[in-house]
Amino acid sequence: MGIIFPHLIKILMPNKTFFWFFLPTGLAMILFIGLPIISTGIQSFYAQHDQVVKEVKKCDPFGCTVSIVVDNEETTKIRNAKPLGKFNAFGTYTDRNHLAVDEIKKFWNETESFGAFVDQVTNLPFYKALIFTLTYCLFVTPNVLLLGFIIALSLNAVARKIRGPLIFGTILPMIVTPLVGSLVLFWMIDSQGIIGANIQNLMNDPYLSLKSSKTLTWITIIIYGIWHHSPFAFVVFYAALQTVPQEPIEAAIIDGASRLQRIKHIVLPHIYPVVTFVALISLMDNFRVFEPIIGFSAEGSAQSLSWLIYDNLVNEEVILFGSAAATSMMTIIGIAILLAPVLIRTWKEFKTAR
Amino acid sequence: MDYGLDTKSTRLKTFNTIFIITWLLIACFPFIWTFWGSFKVRADFFSRSDWWYAISAFNTLIETGGKFTTNAYTEAWTEGEFWKASKNTIIVTVFVVSISLFLGTLGAYALSRSTEKYAFWILMIALIFRAMPHITLVSGYLFPFFELQIWGILPTTIVVLVAINQPFTLWLLYSFFKTVPKELDESALIDGCSYFQAFRHIIMPVMWPGVITAGLFSLMLAYNDFTVTALLLNQENHTMVPKIQSYLGTNQHEGNLMWAVSAVVSATAPLFMLVMFFQRQVISGLTAGAVKG
Amino acid sequence: MRKILVTLLFLLFGTSAFADCNIKSGSINILANDFPALRTFVETSKQCKGSADFKVTHSSEHNKIAVPALTANPSEFSARIAANSSIVPLMNQDLIRPLDDLVKKYGKGIQDSQLITIDGKVMAVAFMANTQHLYYREDVLKDMGIAVPKTYEEVVAASEKIRASGKMKYPYAAAYKAGWNLAEEFVNMFIGHGGEFFKAGSAQPNINNAKGVATLNMLKKLSELSNPDYLTHDSEAIKVEWESGNVALMTLWASRSGTLLDDEGDAKITAATKLTGPATVGGGNIPAATLWWDGFTLAKNRPDADAEATFRALAHAASNKKMVADASDQAVWLVEGFVPGPKSIGVIEAVKMGAKPYPMLPQMGLMHGALGSEIVEFLQGKESAEQALKDVEAAYISKAKEQGFL
Repeated sequence: MGIIFPHLIKILMPNKTFFWFFLPTGLAMILFIGLPIISTGIQSFYAQHDQVVKEVKKCDPFGCTVSIVVDNEETTKIRNAKPLGKFNAFGTYTDRNHLAVDEIKKFWNETESFGAFVDQVTNLPFYKALIFTLTYCLFVTPNVLLLGFIIALSLNAVARKIRGPLIFGTILPMIVTPLVGSLVLFWMIDSQGIIGANIQNLMNDPYLSLKSSKTLTWITIIIYGIWHHSPFAFVVFYAALQTVPQEPIEAAIIDGASRLQRIKHIVLPHIYPVVTFVALISLMDNFRVFEPIIGFSAEGSAQSLSWLIYDNLVNEEVILFGSAAATSMMTIIGIAILLAPVLIRTWKEFKTAR
Repeated sequence: MDYGLDTKSTRLKTFNTIFIITWLLIACFPFIWTFWGSFKVRADFFSRSDWWYAISAFNTLIETGGKFTTNAYTEAWTEGEFWKASKNTIIVTVFVVSISLFLGTLGAYALSRSTEKYAFWILMIALIFRAMPHITLVSGYLFPFFELQIWGILPTTIVVLVAINQPFTLWLLYSFFKTVPKELDESALIDGCSYFQAFRHIIMPVMWPGVITAGLFSLMLAYNDFTVTALLLNQENHTMVPKIQSYLGTNQHEGNLMWAVSAVVSATAPLFMLVMFFQRQVISGLTAGAVKG
Repeated sequence: MRKILVTLLFLLFGTSAFADCNIKSGSINILANDFPALRTFVETSKQCKGSADFKVTHSSEHNKIAVPALTANPSEFSARIAANSSIVPLMNQDLIRPLDDLVKKYGKGIQDSQLITIDGKVMAVAFMANTQHLYYREDVLKDMGIAVPKTYEEVVAASEKIRASGKMKYPYAAAYKAGWNLAEEFVNMFIGHGGEFFKAGSAQPNINNAKGVATLNMLKKLSELSNPDYLTHDSEAIKVEWESGNVALMTLWASRSGTLLDDEGDAKITAATKLTGPATVGGGNIPAATLWWDGFTLAKNRPDADAEATFRALAHAASNKKMVADASDQAVWLVEGFVPGPKSIGVIEAVKMGAKPYPMLPQMGLMHGALGSEIVEFLQGKESAEQALKDVEAAYISKAKEQGFL
C-alpha cells in the first residue's frame, strides 16, 4: 500500500464491472423476491369474483342434507374471462379486517368519550395486531441491542481459551429451532412446569399463571424475544469489537478516562455502522414477529401483523390471498416508516462517502 | 485486548464473571433441560402433575425399568426416518451457504466499491425486499412451481433459500467490505489487476471473518427454516425441521413428542462442532483483517 | 424396538399376502396429512401398486399445498386425502374429479355408505370417522354419587360439585385454544343448540341470535370450570391434564382415545377412564358435536390412466378388512369388517344419537376462522356476548366479500 499515494487517485468502478459483479445476486433477488412482491401488490387490489352458488343434495356416511355448493360451470366462465379476479382498488385495504376506515368513522361519530373510541378501535383485528407489534418492537429492540453489547464487551474480557464454548452457549438461544425451542419453553412456563411452578413459589401465589392473563403473556413473549434475539446482536458486536484499534484506548487510559468514557468516546463511535446495521435488522425482524405467538399458543392474547398474514394463509381452509397480500404490503410500508430515520442517516453517510 | 475493561480491577472481574455465568445459565438452561429430558419418557418430561418427575424419572422407571432411556433417539432415527431428514439438511445447508456466500461476496464487493447513486438505492431496495414476510413469498411461489413441475425437489428449495437470504447477506458483507480500506484493491488495480483478480486475490483473503459471520447466518437460516422447507419439499426431501414438526402430531391425532425432543438435541450437536471450529477463525481472522486504523 | 419389529413384520406379510391388484400403468402420487392411521392407509394402498409409480407426501402443511398443487396442469398429486372441511376448497375451485365410473368399475369392496356424493356425483370415498365426545373418570363420579352426564348442563353441575368438594380445582377440560380449536367448540355447541350458521340458501351469517348467545354462555360456564390457561390448551395439553389426574370430565377427539387407554402412564387413571357419547345442550336432542370423515379424492388435472391406477390402489385400502382388523386401535374405520372396540364408543354413540356432520359449505372455513379469534374477548370477560357475535359476523362478512360469497 501507499507506494504512489493511492488516496489521491480516485478509481471509480465502471458500470459494466458493477453489472457483472452484481448480476447473479440481483437476478436471484428480482426473480424470487422482486417479482413476487409486485405480483402480491397487484393481487392485493383484486378480490375474488362473485361466486355463483346452487343448492344441491350432499350425502356422506352420516346422512344427507341439502345445502349450497359453488356452481363450477358458471364460476369457471367468469374466472376465465378475468383470471385476476374482480378489481377492488383499495377495498381490501380499507375493509374491517384491515384499516377499517368506515368502522372508525362510525366509532368516531357514535362514541361519546375518546376512551370509548380507543376501546372500539383496538377491538379491530388490524389495530389490535398493530399495537402488539409496536409494543414488542419498542421493548425488544433496545434491550436486544443493549444486552448484546454488554455480553459482547463482557465476553471480550474473558481469557481466550474458554471463549469458544462460551460463545456457543451464548448463541444457543438463536440456533435451537424456534419451533421446538418455544415448545419446550411453553411447557417449562406452565404453572406445573419447572419455571412456572418456581415463579409461583417465588411470588407465593399458587394461582399465578403466565399463560392466563394478557399482560403476563405479553411480558413472556417480550422476554422470549429478547432472549432469542440477543445472540444475533452479540455475534455482530463481538466481531466488530475485534476491529477496535488499541492505540486510542491506551492513550485514553493514560489521559485517565474512565471505562464508561472509553466505551462512549472510542468503542461506540468505532462500531457505530455495525450498531446501525443491527438496529435495522432487529427492528425489522421484531416487526415481523410471529413465531413466539404460535410457539406459546398465545393467539388469544397477542396477535401481530405477521400472525394475521399467517392466519389468512394457513389457518383457514379457504386461503385468503388478497387479504394476506394487503397485510403484507402494509407490513412493508410499516417497516419502511420505522426504518426511515436510519435510512436517511445512511443516505447522508453515503453522500459524504462519495 | 480488553476494550473498555481493565484487567487490573478485581472487582470488575468478579462482576464480569458473575454476569457471564448468569447469562449463560439463562441462555443455556432451556437447552440443558431439553437435553436432560430427552432421556426420559413423555409422561415425565411433558408432565402436568409435577415438574420434578423430569428429574426423578418417576414414569421412566416404571415404563423402561431404568432412569434414563435412549428409546426416543433410536426410534426417531430409525422408525421416524430422521436420518433421511439429516441427509437432506446437510445437502441443503452446504449448497445454500456456499451459493449465498458466492453471490453475496460478489454483489457486496461491487456495492461497497461503487460510488454511483444506484448502489445506495439497490441497498435500500434489498432492505425493502427483506421486509416481505416469508410466508407470503412462499405462498406466491407454490402455483408457478407446481406449474413448472419443480416443486418438491431440493434444488428449488436451495435456490429459494439463497434468494430469500440475499438481502441480509448483502447488507452484512457490504458493511464488512466497507471496513476493508479501498487503498488495498486500488493499488492492485493500478498494478494492472482486473477487478475480479483484485477481488479474488487481494480482498477475499482479508475478508474471511466477514465471510464466516455471513456464512454462520446463512447456515442458521437454511438449518432452521420451516416456512420454505415445509411448503416446498415433498416427503422424500423433507429436511429436519419439517420432520420434527411432523413428530408433533395434529389436532385430532397424537404425535410423538419425545421424538421431536431427541431430534432437536441431535440437530444441535453438529452446530456445536461448527461453532467451535469457526470461532477461532473469526477471532484470528478479524484481528488480522483489521488494517483500518 | 418392538414397534419397529411389528411394523416390519406387518410390511413383510402385508406385501406378500396381498400382492398386487394387477395395476399395469399410470403413476400414483398422494398428498395426505401426517398421522399414523393415514400412514397405515397409504401403506396398505401401496401393497397393490403393481408396476405403477408410487409416491406419497405426508405433510402437516397439506392444506396449504393442496389447492396450488391440484390447480397446476398436470397436477403434482393424483390423489388428496381430505376431510369434510378440507374437501371444500377443492370443490370451490373445481379441482377434483367425479368418481362414479371408477367406483362402478373397481369399487367392489367399497360400501355405499362410504361414498360422499354431491349433486348425485361421487366426489370422495370416506374410510374413517371422528368426533369429539365426553370422557369421564368413573372413580371420581362414583365417589361423588354423580351419574354420567348426558347434557352439558349436567356436565356443569357435576363439575361444580366436584370443585365444591375440593377434590379438583379445575374438573373440566376441552380444547379451547384460541383459533381453530375454540371455533370448533363453538361450532359443536351451536349445532347442539340447533343453530344454522347461514341464512337458508345463502352465505349470509346467522349466528347473532339467541342460539349464539346461549352457545357463548355455555362455553363461558365451561371455561370457568377449566384450568385458567384454557385459551392455550389444545388436544395435546388437555390429554396431559387428564393423564395427570387433574380433570374428571373432558371433551376430546375420539381419535385421541388410544393413548388414554393404553398401558403407559398412571394405571389407576387409565382404568377409571371411560368414554361415552357426546353431550347434548339446551334441551336439544342432537348432540353438541360434529362428525368428521377422512376420505380420498382424485385430482381432475391428471390423465385418466393415473386416476385409474390411483383409484384402484386407494380402493384396495378403503375396502381392506385385514387393515381395519390389524389397525383397529388407530381409528374408527368406516370400512366393512371393522369391529368397533372400546375406543370407538364415542363415535358410535354420536352416530346413533344423530349427530350432524361438520357443515360441508363453501364459506364455512371463513366462518370458522372468524369465530376462532373474535370470541376470545368474550371468554376473557372483556366484551358482551352480543358484541362478540357482532364482531364475528363483521369479520366474516369482510372475508366473504373478498372471496366473492357476498
